[in-house]
Amino acid sequence: MDTVFAQATASGRAGVAVIRLSGPDAHEIATVLCGDLPKPRQSSIRRIVDHDGSILDQALILCFSAPNSFTGEDVVEFHLHGSIAVVRAVLRRLGDFSNARLAEPGEFSRRALENGQLDLAQIEGLGDLIEAETEAQRKQALQGLAGKLGERVGLWRVNLIRAAALLEATIDFVDEDVPVDVSPEVVLLVRDVLNSIRLEIDGYQMAERIRAGFEVAIVGAPNVGKSTLLNALAGRDAAITSEVAGTTRDVIEVRMDLGGLPVTILDTAGIRVSVDPVESMGIERAISRARAADLRVFLTEDESVLVTDVMPDDIIVLPKADTLPEGSKTCVSGLTGQGVPELLQQMEAVLKERSQSAGLATHERQRVCLVRAADGLDRGSRLLSQGPEKYDIVAEEFRQVTRALESLIGRVDVEDFLDEIFANFCVGK
Amino acid sequence: MKHFDVIVIGGGHAGTEAAHASARLGVKTALVTMRRRDIGVMSCNPAIGGLGKGHLVREIDAMDGVMGRVADKAGIQFRLLNRRKGPAVQGPRAQCDRKIYQREMLAETEQQKNLSIVEGEVVDLLMESGSVSGVELADGERIQSGAVILTSGTFLRGVIHIGDVSHSGGRIGDDSSERLANRLDGFDLKLGRLKTGTPPRLDGRTINWEGLQTQPGDDEPTMFSFLSAKPTARQVSCGITHTNEKTHDIIRNNLARSAMYGGHIDGVGPRYCPSIEDKVVRFSEKTSHQIFLEPEGLDDFTIYPNGISTSLPIDVQNDYVHSINGLENAEILQPGYAIEYDYVDPRGLKATLELKSVPNLYLAGQINGTTGYEEAAAQGLVAGLNAALSSKSEPELLFSRSNSYIGVMVDDLVTRGVSEPYRMFTSRAEFRLSLRADNADQRLTPGAMGIGCVSEERQASFLAKISELERVKTILGSLTFTSKDVADLGMKLSKDGARRTGLELLSFPDIDFQTICPLFPTLAETTSMIRKQVECDALYANYLQRQQRDIDALRKDESHVIPDDFQYDNLGGLSNELKMKLSKAKPANLAQASRLDGMTPAALTILLTRLRSTKGRLQA
Repeated sequence: MDTVFAQATASGRAGVAVIRLSGPDAHEIATVLCGDLPKPRQSSIRRIVDHDGSILDQALILCFSAPNSFTGEDVVEFHLHGSIAVVRAVLRRLGDFSNARLAEPGEFSRRALENGQLDLAQIEGLGDLIEAETEAQRKQALQGLAGKLGERVGLWRVNLIRAAALLEATIDFVDEDVPVDVSPEVVLLVRDVLNSIRLEIDGYQMAERIRAGFEVAIVGAPNVGKSTLLNALAGRDAAITSEVAGTTRDVIEVRMDLGGLPVTILDTAGIRVSVDPVESMGIERAISRARAADLRVFLTEDESVLVTDVMPDDIIVLPKADTLPEGSKTCVSGLTGQGVPELLQQMEAVLKERSQSAGLATHERQRVCLVRAADGLDRGSRLLSQGPEKYDIVAEEFRQVTRALESLIGRVDVEDFLDEIFANFCVGK
Repeated sequence: MKHFDVIVIGGGHAGTEAAHASARLGVKTALVTMRRRDIGVMSCNPAIGGLGKGHLVREIDAMDGVMGRVADKAGIQFRLLNRRKGPAVQGPRAQCDRKIYQREMLAETEQQKNLSIVEGEVVDLLMESGSVSGVELADGERIQSGAVILTSGTFLRGVIHIGDVSHSGGRIGDDSSERLANRLDGFDLKLGRLKTGTPPRLDGRTINWEGLQTQPGDDEPTMFSFLSAKPTARQVSCGITHTNEKTHDIIRNNLARSAMYGGHIDGVGPRYCPSIEDKVVRFSEKTSHQIFLEPEGLDDFTIYPNGISTSLPIDVQNDYVHSINGLENAEILQPGYAIEYDYVDPRGLKATLELKSVPNLYLAGQINGTTGYEEAAAQGLVAGLNAALSSKSEPELLFSRSNSYIGVMVDDLVTRGVSEPYRMFTSRAEFRLSLRADNADQRLTPGAMGIGCVSEERQASFLAKISELERVKTILGSLTFTSKDVADLGMKLSKDGARRTGLELLSFPDIDFQTICPLFPTLAETTSMIRKQVECDALYANYLQRQQRDIDALRKDESHVIPDDFQYDNLGGLSNELKMKLSKAKPANLAQASRLDGMTPAALTILLTRLRSTKGRLQA
């Protein structure tokens, strides 16, 4: 097993930079660099010296002993001064050891998985946590990292194994003292698991939104002030605005944190009949993006002329509030900021309400496993009702379901996913 | 000094099958047994087959082994278990006449070309530079051989317990082979201790059969051998009775005197074949347990009461037997006893059943921690074939989890070891829907023909069956019908306008071969065996396709062979614990490695990468 190292913090100037060293020779190598090491989990200041005895940096050293570390191996962390030159020099010195090498992307996490420190869903949670920008993302990723999905899968597995064992007992012990009709208990066990998995599948869409972000589209006729509103929401000039109708041709996206939820606001082309081919394409795109968005804010002076279908929770407001008489109903002005906080609140309330239903599965890979499991359970329970002559096939379905659940947390059949998952990690995590 | 290519020690189910397999391959084989009359003895219950076990017998038969043919001749009651469940989980079983079984097995063994029976006790193995090179008999005679197959059953430090009385020995009346045990100790093999029990044998003339339920055999007996047509022995029924509260009270009150509960036995017993003491203690809420009263033979009045094995003292056995309906005056001919014995951890074996650390020594049967005649015979087959192939310097024959229950068992044994006596179940086979008793010949006979261990008679019969099967399937697949055509036969199908072939029609649960026969006049003469086979294949068609993908994946893994001398130490990315496990287990291929405890997908990927690069270097 190689000993590997990499910078764990972002590159560039900073107060502190951390280099992580993990593997069987980690402690030995660190001893060469800085003399005797502090006891595991106790930090201490050490001088890191070069071949000729010259000092590379003065650093805080933190050691971990296998298996009580992130990777499950011996680990040493060098908390260096966050200088590009210091980091480069220490990495160079580590590279001089014949028994150590630079870690491949995601290698620390891979080792954590391999040594059973984390399951696959937890690794995905870790990736999400590192990417998290908003409160909701942070909370969700922490759930993933804590292994909540793995726990739930564990519960399902116990019930499924019980159900399968009951069926197998009637198959393999036909002449012996086993209950004759096991189907009532099997039906109950399977129904519970199936309902619970379906709930998780239903919650996927929201969970995925929290991870990847919600989309809110601003739609309306040309020149109603959509781009001006976007700029007001974003707090900067993201879209070009002008008096000329049809200025916005492409979809403009602005990412923002809405009460902890990641939201992308879409400014779309104003919708009208146009002979300009470029504008027509923009309009077409606007309509399709608006339909696909999680929420639409319609800017319209006339509620009876809406440019695309209104879905429940969609928000309809009057544009250019600054030109309307005082006390008009729900209206907004990007120009003066009138009604903007109220609009943001309303958007936040809608999305918050929806995000309540978020499940634990946040990645498409996880959803696919859940759907496979649910389909198998569904087929299995139908066959189950046809009686013992189908039990061999039911058992086969359950076997496949268990495999699908196991691949969800990375116990089997994950070779194909591994590379893709680890490729999404940069060195040092 | 006499010389054989292969010597088999022991004439039980593993030994006879091993000796026959070796001899069928044309190598000079000796079967060494203490007494000629020990050959083919059924020392436990008088039955062959059952769930999982019946599959094994079919597979042995497909390799032209002897167990199936002999059991068919000795069968006095044939039942297909799980008759009302799917065909994949149906298991043929037969109550056998002990004497006929022994007689026929001896006759087969005496007739077999290249096979000699040597009477004598093997007391030691001959060694030549660390390899086994023959055996030494008690009278001092030494016999040389290229390979030795040890099938010594429970004889390794066997101790028999009847209540609080115990004595050394294998089966009642046999001596334990202590000297051989010492030789094995010298090999420093990892040993474990197991136990098993038998019920008291009853005198059938003293049983009151009036009012007892009887269980006849099937109207249409299912034979073990693909070559047998129908039973030859007279057919009889078994009786059924039950224990009751009084029986349980007697047992409960005397638990302290049971060898097992009195603390005289350390070995681990099977959870699935518990003694009556076990049943009464563990399932205390049950007020009654079923007992099958199995005749041991046509001209034998001994009855084997299946379900009440015990290690209680004789007086208690008498009391509880007499408390059972119909057995009030039953006389015990031989008391029940428990036996504990050493087994060799089968993780020390290759998939050929040769010991990894002792070249030319093969182990088969109970000594590997299994229980049951069928499990023993199947291992005998594997060891016999491979010992013979090795002596002919031909490549080994490995059974896979994807082609047989034999493969499942061998793989379970050599990669996982055992924690209780290992018995075959259908649920152990993940490709259960593909590994059926009805298609054992299609799965295995071609391979058997390839190595030349199949008689001309079987070869001809197999080839005829295959070509008939092909013919029938081709005809069934060549014509398509609408739902209206089917409705004319009196069967309802959804009117989706689809045209379906005969094979597709058979996949509907309510449609069998007979139903669609009018659509295929040329198939009217099809035999019931072919009909059944076609029906099974059609019934599982969708699942078989899915399983085939898994089977292909497994075969791919199996094709990544790991060399014996593969160095795990310098394999980057593996934990030390896993490296140690791998170095110790020495998996033969990637598939075996994947089933080791604690193996992770990531570690497998690393292993595979290294195997590929090693292979690349070798080719370069």
